[in-house]
Amino acid sequence: MALTIDQPIEHKQQSLPARMFASQTFWVVIAVILACLFLSFATDAFATSKNLYNITRNVTFVAIVALGMTFVIITGGIDLSVGSVLCLSSMVLAVTMHAGYSIEVGILASIATALAIGAFNGIMIAYLGFPPFVVTLGMLSIARSLAMVASNNTVVFQFGPDHAKLLSLGGGAWVFGIANPVLYTIVLALITGFILRWTKFGRHIFAIGGNEHAATLTGVPVRQIKVAVYMISALSAGIAGVIETGWLGAVTTNIGTGMELQVIAATVIGGANLAGGVGTAFGAIVGAALIEVIRNSLGLLGINAFWQGVFIGGAILLAVLFDRIRNFRRSD
Amino acid sequence: MAVLELTNISKHFGAIQAVNDVSLSIEPGQVVGLMGDNGAGKSTLVKMIAGNFRPSHGAMQMDGKDLILHKPVEARQHGIEIVHQDLALCNNLTAAANVYLGRELRKGVGPFRILDYAAMYKRAGQIFAELKSETRPRDLVKQMSGGQRQAVAIARTMLSQAKIVLMDEPTAAISVRQVAEVLNLIRHLRDQGIAVVLISHRMPDVFTVADRVIVMRRGRKVADKTIASSSPEEVTGLITGAIEQV
Repeated sequence: MALTIDQPIEHKQQSLPARMFASQTFWVVIAVILACLFLSFATDAFATSKNLYNITRNVTFVAIVALGMTFVIITGGIDLSVGSVLCLSSMVLAVTMHAGYSIEVGILASIATALAIGAFNGIMIAYLGFPPFVVTLGMLSIARSLAMVASNNTVVFQFGPDHAKLLSLGGGAWVFGIANPVLYTIVLALITGFILRWTKFGRHIFAIGGNEHAATLTGVPVRQIKVAVYMISALSAGIAGVIETGWLGAVTTNIGTGMELQVIAATVIGGANLAGGVGTAFGAIVGAALIEVIRNSLGLLGINAFWQGVFIGGAILLAVLFDRIRNFRRSD
Repeated sequence: MAVLELTNISKHFGAIQAVNDVSLSIEPGQVVGLMGDNGAGKSTLVKMIAGNFRPSHGAMQMDGKDLILHKPVEARQHGIEIVHQDLALCNNLTAAANVYLGRELRKGVGPFRILDYAAMYKRAGQIFAELKSETRPRDLVKQMSGGQRQAVAIARTMLSQAKIVLMDEPTAAISVRQVAEVLNLIRHLRDQGIAVVLISHRMPDVFTVADRVIVMRRGRKVADKTIASSSPEEVTGLITGAIEQV
């Protein structure tokens, strides 16, 4: 009896290599590695420590927000407001510190602002039944406008008594010469991956994306979880805003413009499905990496920067094409 | 003793009388077919037992104690489980994840509690074995047949000590071979002493698996008798109104 029960319990649908080859994320990793190898041989400038430092750091801002966006996309939602929330958080931080408050107060105010916006988005969507696209599109406009109001649309580049601390937080490299933002990204990615795989909350996020009605019927607190995912998304934008402020050393109201599209592109390239129910932390990071490598390589190869959009758009379509081909094969 | 007893239950929505003065009792280990045309009041009756609606009049008792339900979760706590018509499954999750949806097992202490995958796979596997279903706990639901999906939905009801399982049209959208599978699952529930209320339009299913048949028409109970003492012709007559009442 024990044998007959254990066999079905242990039975896995596919072996590890088979699952790897079937995953979009795997092929994007291969693409990133191949692109890096090619660029190392084709150009002298790519594999220098300075360029690699730049690439890894540039990836981080999109990657951190993409981690937060992954939660929203898995539930089948979308958050278009992240670029503007990033801008508003940066500006709240900058204005608070410029007014003479400490870095702790500045970060607290900035993160609290982000969370409040996320909660507003989430409540509108989960409790009042607004479509996520519309709510966050509205917030895209509102948050950026508030950032302009907060700063009177000026550039802030003096951050009061804790000026140096803030710059070191975002621009330093405290461990083994790895840029700080990269460390933050790694830590946040590990936390995201853990939540998605090992917590009840993570399981419920996937359930909502798979079949929201079923989740409701089985007693999953769907509304609270939806509010939470929009707060997480806004939080990730807030964190990225704080780090980016420290890195740039100046904030304008242009920061994060159009970022929502890059972030969504990164998650989709990494294997998340906009219809919901699918997505990983690793995928979000890898997607962000591929976008940055494409951007970087075009510059190094001397290709006109106007072509950037074509290549990034092509990467999105190609990544999703893999997914389609796989599904065609399965349905045969 | 009856596991569930309804006494003079009525439910009206404004001027519409959906269920009118229905009394019935269900014994443990009994399969009751609940039949009736669309709008006869079957779903409303079941939704009151499931905690979705509160009765306008009348009382419900479970194991001799008064049963008052404000929401579906409370019904579940009393040992009333529902298999929804659309099964309420998430295609992107495994069979075990679906079985445990909303009541996941965790291990660890305090806030550091993580999902206990091994225990959930094991228990889900045991339940599928008890149900004599070939469903495997790690398989994704999207790759399953209709019968296997039913098994996943029914396995949910066996997680806790269910006393009564309400099944809403479990055989409506599946193939003939899978219908036989589902009827077997119902027999396994019955053999464990669980009362099953089978809401169905399909005469053959009810006459194959049920012990008793209750027929509703226009909100009233028009028949409540053993399968042995009835016939498909009689039930058809009762559903359509050709036979007024027995």
